[in-house]
Amino acid sequence: MNYYLLIPFLPLAAFLINILFGKSLLKENAHWVAILAVAGSWVISVATLIDVTGGKTLNQDLYTWVSSGGFKASVGFLIDPLTAVMLIVVTTCSTLIHIYSTGYMHGDNGYYRFFSYLSLFTFCMLMLVMANNFLQLYFGWEGVGLCSYFLIGYYFNKKSASDAGKKAFIVNRFGDFGFGIGIFMIFLTFGNIYYEPVFSQAGAFATKTVNFLGYDVHLMTLIALLLFCGSIGKSAQMPLHVWLPDAMEGPTPVSALIHAATMVTAGVFLVARCSPIFSLSETALMVVALTGAITSLFAATIGLVQNDLKRIIAYSTVSQLGYMFLACGVGAYTAGVFHLYTHAFFKALLFLCAGSVMHAMSGELDIQKMGGLKKHMPVTYATMLIASFSIAGVPGLAGFFSKDEILWLAYSGPSPVGKFVWLIGTFVAFLTAFYSFRLIFLTFHGTFRGTHEQEHHLHESPKSMTIPLMLLCIGAIASGWVGIPPLLHGGAHFTEFMKPVLGHPEGHGTHAEEWMVMAISVAVGLSGIGLAWFMYVKRRDIPVKLAEQFSGFHKILFNKYYVDELYSLIIVRPTIWIAKNVLIGVTDARIIEAIVNGVPAAIGGFSRQLRKVQTGFLHHYAIIMAAGALIIMGLMLMRSW
Amino acid sequence: MLPKLFFGWFAFAIIALSVLVITRRNPVHSVMWMLLLFFQIASMYLFLNAEFIAAIQVIVYAGAILVLFLFVVLLLNLREELLANRFINAWPVGLVFAGAIFAGTLSAVVAFVPNFSGQYTVDVINRETHTKALGQLLYTDFLFPFEIASLILLIAIIGAIVLAKKRMRS
Amino acid sequence: MVPLNWYLMLSAAVFSIGVFGFLTRRNIIIMFMSVELMLNAVNISLVAFSHYLQDLRGQVLVFFIVTVAAAEAAIGLAIIIALFRNKATAHVDDMNEMKG
Repeated sequence: MNYYLLIPFLPLAAFLINILFGKSLLKENAHWVAILAVAGSWVISVATLIDVTGGKTLNQDLYTWVSSGGFKASVGFLIDPLTAVMLIVVTTCSTLIHIYSTGYMHGDNGYYRFFSYLSLFTFCMLMLVMANNFLQLYFGWEGVGLCSYFLIGYYFNKKSASDAGKKAFIVNRFGDFGFGIGIFMIFLTFGNIYYEPVFSQAGAFATKTVNFLGYDVHLMTLIALLLFCGSIGKSAQMPLHVWLPDAMEGPTPVSALIHAATMVTAGVFLVARCSPIFSLSETALMVVALTGAITSLFAATIGLVQNDLKRIIAYSTVSQLGYMFLACGVGAYTAGVFHLYTHAFFKALLFLCAGSVMHAMSGELDIQKMGGLKKHMPVTYATMLIASFSIAGVPGLAGFFSKDEILWLAYSGPSPVGKFVWLIGTFVAFLTAFYSFRLIFLTFHGTFRGTHEQEHHLHESPKSMTIPLMLLCIGAIASGWVGIPPLLHGGAHFTEFMKPVLGHPEGHGTHAEEWMVMAISVAVGLSGIGLAWFMYVKRRDIPVKLAEQFSGFHKILFNKYYVDELYSLIIVRPTIWIAKNVLIGVTDARIIEAIVNGVPAAIGGFSRQLRKVQTGFLHHYAIIMAAGALIIMGLMLMRSW
Repeated sequence: MLPKLFFGWFAFAIIALSVLVITRRNPVHSVMWMLLLFFQIASMYLFLNAEFIAAIQVIVYAGAILVLFLFVVLLLNLREELLANRFINAWPVGLVFAGAIFAGTLSAVVAFVPNFSGQYTVDVINRETHTKALGQLLYTDFLFPFEIASLILLIAIIGAIVLAKKRMRS
Repeated sequence: MVPLNWYLMLSAAVFSIGVFGFLTRRNIIIMFMSVELMLNAVNISLVAFSHYLQDLRGQVLVFFIVTVAAAEAAIGLAIIIALFRNKATAHVDDMNEMKG
């Protein structure tokens, strides 16, 4: 075997050490184990990336997990360019966030627990991205979901936090149900759940249809859509996006690691990984593209009016994830993964900055109560500004290159909905720039609007927090430089690197068109920033007036389109009603308890009657025995007659 | 004619003694009648050419088991037994069952004719002597059951001691 | 020559007397003796069979029955002693502790 194996198993070891000995032995030193493990993983991941760049790939089974009839699944690793990039994303973010957490979680009485969950999460995420078969992918998938549940509900004393954890878990069930069926379908179709044979044979089934619920359905479309169900849940796309904003109840490093940089991008990773299947179905791709586009628009509009610091960033994450799906949907998987990769840096950075702000504000999250923080927290301000520039698509920064790539490929690609989603994407770029800078201006500019006590308390975060911010900041600036398009005399190295796995996206258009797309995206980004500046720095009265003028619309946005209320009405309440009145009232009380209590009662009653046979008098037994002997004798005599 | 006369005597004596055994009020009398009964049975065994079994009947049954019975009867002071009812109130039920069993068995054996003939004719047994012939069978074909019988006896000895022993007062 | 069934009928008669005694007597010792009676009835038939079928295996069986009867007598009488020590009675219809 080789050293790649250590990548997932170092965090696993750290998890085991922390969960077993953290409480009793390590206590305040728990972070050392976790950080060393994940840093080790990072070093090996970098080595892996270098190997893969050199053309090396690996597809190896480590251990047979399940072997039953024709079904076989193993713990096995696939190392290819896609995995290598994901490894870098996961381990880099994870390492920096681990370091950040030492400062952020300092003094928390669940310190070791926090770090052991982080390690477990990292392990599961690495298993997910390194899998070479669907079952292991599913294992990692559910593992990260579990850790997400643990970490969202980390402050389990707080009802809203444990509710949010449950919500995330249950909402993900919906998606994972489809995902599970998708894997079954893959096994039924290919008789195999390993990537390599499945993807190489997928072409042979391109025109096959199956009967599904009485309709003839294109097989590959069905499989792709079922897999996409999983993606929708995990990556918080419409209509299963509701869990992600609530997941902000978890500690901020968790939001940064799980709900921005890594876990939520697993859905995009899945689509990219299964690109051979998705590519066979135009319908599925269209669904992916439209879901992504609509989600990104939808989430961005909500983000415009929210006041909760972390929720704005969460909606921004939903929106950006929509962007990635949009890219995948138009066939530009490379661009989707590229955006995943750059987004991980600047979004993790945004979250960590938000955490830093929270730290300074003693847990306050309402941006209406902040303002003027830039002089108190220069490092946080600078890094968050850069992250916001990056997400807004200011030329030269990471977000610009990936976003531009997506928009250009949407515009020029062969997808029938390409132009439409390009339009939405461009508009979303504008909204993104606007709400990101609304956040910046309300938080860091102007005058402080919180309490006097809070103002007195304002301070820059400790080194353990600001250093990861600065390091991530480098990523937010420079991570895009590996994918500079040829138009800007770059090598598009990222696209070339991904080519063996994800194929080469086709864009048909002139240089002029490409310039135009780029110019528009830059223009909308800058105008978004400008508008935010105008509304939130220059003329502070405009937002209030606008909100009054369009109060109905503002209310809808502020209440997130009432999606939660809608779900509560059509799903949650009926479910609870059924649980209370049918399951508890009828099934439990009348059926299950009737059986559970009735059977023993019946046996008891019967045996109370039967007991009377046992009189205790020897002669009764003797007579019965004689009667038995007589009967046997009678039977034997009858036979001889 | 003579064997039939003898059989008639034995049959009469055995049945009469059996009835006496189960009807006596005093258990000591029962035991005494039983002793006589066993002697009669042993004598009948002699007529059936089974000297060894007859000897066992006398030594083990009459000599050991009955003495044991006698000991127990004497050990338990059964004075009130002489006053109480001998039979349970529902004794006719017992009579019916016993009668039914008798009738059933009788109907099975009344027309029975032996149709098998083994190698141990009277001549063979006389030539080999009965005890030796039986012993040979016991120590060859029936060795294993024989050993088990010895084990059963051992267990019985231990069991009897354990059960009858007076419990130490704690 | 006496036919075999005569012996068998004698055996049946003694056995039935034993059954009657076992089913009807109240004294546990007499009941026990009835059991011995039944065993002897069986022995009679076995010895008779052995003689008429010219096979010694019947007598081997008698031998084992006597063995078991001895063991049974030892154990049974020990139980009776223990019982009598606790209940001070030999009448079985005075005991129904095992009532369900």
